[in-house]
Amino acid sequence: MISADLNIILPEIVLSVFAMLALVGAVYTGKDKLAPVLVWASAALFLAAALWIGTSGGGDRTAFSGMFIDDAFSRFAKVIILVSAAAVLLMSEGYMTRHKILRFEYPVLVVLAVVGMMMMVSAGDLMSLYMGLELQSLALYVVAALRRDSERSTEAGLKYFVLGALSSGLLLYGASLTYGFAGTTLFSGIIAAASEGHLSVGLLIGLVMMMSGLAFKVSAVPFHMWTPDVYEGSPTPVTAFFATAPKVAAMGLFARLLFDAFGGAVADWSQVVALLSLLSMFLGSVAAIGQRDIKRLMAYSSITHMGFALMGLASGTELGVQAMLVYMAIYVTMNVGVFAFILSMSRDGQPVTDIKALGMYSKKEPGRALAMLVLLFSLAGVPPLVGFFGKLYVLQAAYGAGLVWLAVAGVIASVIGAFYYLRIVYYMYFGEDREDALDAGGSPVLWGFLMASALIMVVGVVNLFGVEGAAAAAAATLVN
Amino acid sequence: MIGLEHYLTVAAVLFVTGIFGIFLNRKNVIILLMSIELILLSVNINLVAFSSYLGDLAGQVFTLFVLTVAAAEAAIGLAILVCFFRNRGSIAVEDVNVMKG
Repeated sequence: MISADLNIILPEIVLSVFAMLALVGAVYTGKDKLAPVLVWASAALFLAAALWIGTSGGGDRTAFSGMFIDDAFSRFAKVIILVSAAAVLLMSEGYMTRHKILRFEYPVLVVLAVVGMMMMVSAGDLMSLYMGLELQSLALYVVAALRRDSERSTEAGLKYFVLGALSSGLLLYGASLTYGFAGTTLFSGIIAAASEGHLSVGLLIGLVMMMSGLAFKVSAVPFHMWTPDVYEGSPTPVTAFFATAPKVAAMGLFARLLFDAFGGAVADWSQVVALLSLLSMFLGSVAAIGQRDIKRLMAYSSITHMGFALMGLASGTELGVQAMLVYMAIYVTMNVGVFAFILSMSRDGQPVTDIKALGMYSKKEPGRALAMLVLLFSLAGVPPLVGFFGKLYVLQAAYGAGLVWLAVAGVIASVIGAFYYLRIVYYMYFGEDREDALDAGGSPVLWGFLMASALIMVVGVVNLFGVEGAAAAAAATLVN
Repeated sequence: MIGLEHYLTVAAVLFVTGIFGIFLNRKNVIILLMSIELILLSVNINLVAFSSYLGDLAGQVFTLFVLTVAAAEAAIGLAILVCFFRNRGSIAVEDVNVMKG
């Protein structure tokens, strides 16, 4: 029934209709004058949609004969995506107005990208997978180049576009082979074709190519080379957006493809994912040590964190998916806080991204420095904080699935990675007192997000705010 | 008689040409866009060949989606390229180097 189908995708329809109306409305009326209103409206709509999806009750529903799946897994991922996108929009408004880069296209493109991400985590077919992925990617290419008059921003957009299009091509070629050898584009059909003993060579090549395409999107090594440049070149609010919602969506899609379409061949892909995870953890940790620019540093940090999240997937078990989901929820919360801090780093009104500029920041802004300290410790995985429990979860999952070597490597990588986080703390508390220190103060919105995020990292150790239970339910619907 | 494998071979050759075009080309960003188009079109050949071989229409529907997305992708790529050219005054691949990655 078409009306029942439409009912299932109603949140996506509402968001995309809003985006189109906002675009046309803003073009014919106030243009950039309307931008702040659109930003607030989009953020409010995201939060409303998150509430709507989060409270819409259990049950698995599929629409369009299985092409679109609405289950606990997709709802969990959608709530994280929507809330983090709303948080990033709220943080960007003040910054972008100050630096005169707020255009009305920005909220519209973010809404379209979020619709694409919601499609991705709900995909039940190679076609909906591809369409969701492209809707997200095409919107993101444009927001990376949002600052049209800046050499760096347009270069970031160009690099992201070329490498992103290449990865889409790889994924698509894999999808075409999978279609040919499985005889269908539906995940439910592919899993039937793939679970008869060993995968045929065609399906195996298709799977590997699709995995490399998705590894590009989650910026896993060896497909990570776009990440530092794009993070550095894009305007900082856009970088904050890249570091949160799209990563969750791409990991969700990765899990969906591996378990829904190739769940019968865990042994075939588990080793590949384990290798991606191992390389990402180590390269991310080691390469971040030499970085002086905090945005580049966060790029390598996100590569490391994706390595840890992939470790959960590599275990190929229900616990692994649960660990991955919990890890992503924690990672996104931490990143929102860290980027709230980065957005407030400025000197004479100009944004600063050099970490040395943080010298003795604690003297000037003890509250902010303490919150950032908590977040950095949490990112590094220092025990009493929530970030540690995220890491513990994936390590347990990997250990439980017999990937002991991967779990041991993960511990070593996180020890190496702790170095560069702690170096920032060192600059803030013991660094040299600089003449050209950063401005004190900053917008109350950013302060609020930074403090809230840091508080969650401390208070969350009690019960992780019940995320575990929701993640367990989500994982149970995906792995069966 | 031309069978499925001939179509797949042509598609694979085009795909590999596209990949090599992206990695070996040191001259012009437009050539990168052409290579990307080549990759997407090789996928289309694959899909249509499989669709006709399997007697299943889904592959041809997929092809139409890919064609549409390829058009949108080319439009966005060229738009970003125009912005880049205005700032940098060049579209040579070796000039895309303000940030070292």
